[in-house]
Amino acid sequence: MRRPFKTLYEQDIRFWRQPSARWWYGLLLIALCAIPLISGEFYVGELAGLFIFAIAGVGLMLLTGYTGLVSLGHSAFLGIGAYTEAILLARGVPFYITLPASALVTGFAGVAIGIPTLRMSGLYLAIATLSFGSIVGTVLQKWETVTGGFDGLPVKAPYLFGVKLDGPEGVYYMSLLVLLFVIWLALNVLRSPLGRAFVAIRDSEVSAQSMGINLALYKTISFGLSAAITGLAGGLFAHYVRHLAPDAFDVLLSIQLVTIVFVGGLGSLHGAIFGAMFMRLLPQSIALIRDDLPNWLGRMPGLEPSIFGLILVLCIMYEPMGINGRWMKVKAYFKNFPMHKASAFRRQKSYAKSERLR
Amino acid sequence: MDDAARLLQLVVNGAASGCIYGLIAFGFVLIYKATEMVNFAQGDIMMLGAFVAYSFIHQFGLNYWVGFGLAILVTALFGFLLDAIVLRRVIGQPQFAVVMLTLGLAFIFRAGAGLAWTYDSVGFNTPFTNKTVNLGGLVLGQDNVSILVGTLVLCGVLYLFFSRTRLGVAMQAASQNQLAAYYMGIPVRRIFSLIWAISAGVAAVAAVLLAPVSMIDVNMGFLGIKAFAAAVLGGFGSIPGAVIGGVIVGVVEQLSGYFLPPGFQDVTSNIVLLAVLILRPEGLFGKTIRKRV
Amino acid sequence: MSADVLFNVTDLGIRFGGIRAVEGVSFEVKRGEVFSIIGPNGAGKTTIFNLISRIYNPTTGRLHFEGRDITETPPHMIAGLGIARTFQNIELFPNATLLQNLLIGRHCHSKVGLFSQLAFLPSVARAELEHRKRAEEVIAFLGLQRHRDSLIANLPYGVRKVVELGRALCTEPKLLLLDEPSSGLNVEETEEMAYWIDDIKKDLGITVIMVEHDMKLVSAVSDRVMALNYGRILAMGTASEVQGDPEVIRAYIGGEA
Repeated sequence: MRRPFKTLYEQDIRFWRQPSARWWYGLLLIALCAIPLISGEFYVGELAGLFIFAIAGVGLMLLTGYTGLVSLGHSAFLGIGAYTEAILLARGVPFYITLPASALVTGFAGVAIGIPTLRMSGLYLAIATLSFGSIVGTVLQKWETVTGGFDGLPVKAPYLFGVKLDGPEGVYYMSLLVLLFVIWLALNVLRSPLGRAFVAIRDSEVSAQSMGINLALYKTISFGLSAAITGLAGGLFAHYVRHLAPDAFDVLLSIQLVTIVFVGGLGSLHGAIFGAMFMRLLPQSIALIRDDLPNWLGRMPGLEPSIFGLILVLCIMYEPMGINGRWMKVKAYFKNFPMHKASAFRRQKSYAKSERLR
Repeated sequence: MDDAARLLQLVVNGAASGCIYGLIAFGFVLIYKATEMVNFAQGDIMMLGAFVAYSFIHQFGLNYWVGFGLAILVTALFGFLLDAIVLRRVIGQPQFAVVMLTLGLAFIFRAGAGLAWTYDSVGFNTPFTNKTVNLGGLVLGQDNVSILVGTLVLCGVLYLFFSRTRLGVAMQAASQNQLAAYYMGIPVRRIFSLIWAISAGVAAVAAVLLAPVSMIDVNMGFLGIKAFAAAVLGGFGSIPGAVIGGVIVGVVEQLSGYFLPPGFQDVTSNIVLLAVLILRPEGLFGKTIRKRV
Repeated sequence: MSADVLFNVTDLGIRFGGIRAVEGVSFEVKRGEVFSIIGPNGAGKTTIFNLISRIYNPTTGRLHFEGRDITETPPHMIAGLGIARTFQNIELFPNATLLQNLLIGRHCHSKVGLFSQLAFLPSVARAELEHRKRAEEVIAFLGLQRHRDSLIANLPYGVRKVVELGRALCTEPKLLLLDEPSSGLNVEETEEMAYWIDDIKKDLGITVIMVEHDMKLVSAVSDRVMALNYGRILAMGTASEVQGDPEVIRAYIGGEA
């Protein structure tokens, strides 16, 4: 790992840790802005979907990767955001209000589930959020007067300053903009006391508390913030699919979201982006190679979920740091070449620390 | 039929499906107590058990009881290998990594079952199908009664196993203190694999008991989510608690389907679960313990 | 109560189920002294720390800090009042860097609002610079410069112990609770720890309450010592007085000595 020589306190809190990063990310941004000009509609739409999942991934990463609170119910927040967006637009509320509103409503929902689950951690929280997710999913199905029930809800095209932001390109640019905003927000959180409090709660609640961190307050903030960001993703998701169906927001979606942060690499924003790439590109690449596979395998209806499950299992067994961990190892390998030593990343043998309180 | 009889009927039906939740929860709790892992694939192991039993009884035409026994054995062996090959490698990783691992395994199991058997629902007939027993005017389906009786018998057998046999006592020791048990010469790793085998076997029993009432299909493992409610209600550390919790969840679910507007039945178990976690996180039969610093 | 008493407890007691872990403990700690608590395993020493940092609720008794009753204060407010602690088995934040750990120690001095943090306003940046300056002072004081950017998980045990001390110092405490500062350290590291405790008392003027087994360290740094057994006070006085007390000897050696 490169550690820049530190001469100023400002160095630690700069937005760009390394000056060269500014140019690389700038180039990436220019490339991303240019894609819709040169690429077909299909790929623009797929990339927009990737951005939306990356936004949700960043939201969940703050909660699970940084605060250490597991949520298996984030599909609920995506759903609440999406339905808020669709319902408000249908009532004629302008787009520049509906999107922040869907973040706000979802944020409150996050606080509402965060407060009663304050005392829970680990496993219990996972189960509680799983239940919360299924309850919200059922409500979206059965509350027909508001959500349209099984028939779903059409989403009106958004207008911003008289411009119709419709079609894949509109969603693409909106999602890119929101993704940039969300990353900026997350980086701000992580370099201020708030982010450090999250990390402290993740690593040791008892000593976080004796360092003056109000566990209840910060866990609630983390839930609210994570839910609000996921709600933003939900609002964009509504425009992405253009017709909301309640069964889109089920347990499987929650598992997909958690897989994003897990396979991407817990505790890093890069991980959230990598995870979203994995999640969205996997089905595409399977579709591409499907025709070349032997018939029994290529026609297998469960091919995608089984590969998905297999990668998840292999990742946890052999690369618990996720794609981001692998990426750092590859970077370190080239940086130190030929002085690479395998032990640099060897995990320390940690004794099985009981998470069961006895 | 008068109201009291109908109510009683509902309670019995609820208790029957509750027994299934309880048996799946049994598997969660047994593994959790011993290894601190939570097996989110328990419901899907049950699904595999159901398909295995289907193969033995309907495809190979074996006698119901022989097929039943073989299905238990095969599923238990599967559980044993699952631990020995996969889960043993992630010991010491955070609890949540194991949750994700088992979720991933569940995906593979579902796809594997779809490939090996079918993605369609299949029916499952037993000697009890479409027969009823008449208990003093109360008419009950034999398949429901078989679930209740089967659960009782299984619990009795397992109780005797854990309290009377050498192996059972060794398992108790290993789950209370791994290190101490290891120093006393108990082969803790093999014991853990055997515990996975037992919970897979219990899941197979649940599967065979459940199969005649519901259909067999690859998604029947989602029942596991309801079993969480059972386990949590029982305190997540208590095996009898898990079974009793399952019965309570089953009965409440049936009654809410009868008394509350449609739609509520689907979420009853979730609401029960959330309520218990929020109001009494230690469950009905557990006790709270704090971390020591 | 005289002005030089920083902290006192009266008739402190706690029960876990039927067990009286601590019973009828009263003592006072003067400003600027090092007050040690010794006793055999299970005597209730760490329990007293957990009571002071409000992780446990006492069954009986009151706690006073600077004349103020803190028996009902929530645990996360304790650091802000000026009481910091370390833990027997190290409770650092292993997946954060050393510097981040120290900065978390500065948390109780952070007064920036939620939304200004989300936008990282200049006020937040200024406060961050100040926190970093203070954290660097502690790093310099304890000589931790070369580990500044290492993850705690990659540091050896002895260094972690010092980091925990540093994190407690970052809260700028008036009263420092050290729970077995020498446990797990070798002889040289323990000697180093003794110098630091001395520096903390003399240079920084911080009052220290210390739970410790190593009698050499206790004699070297303590002004007064309190011996506990089965949750009750056996003896109180200077290190040599307490070590010579027949009750204390009996508690350690056992039998009828």
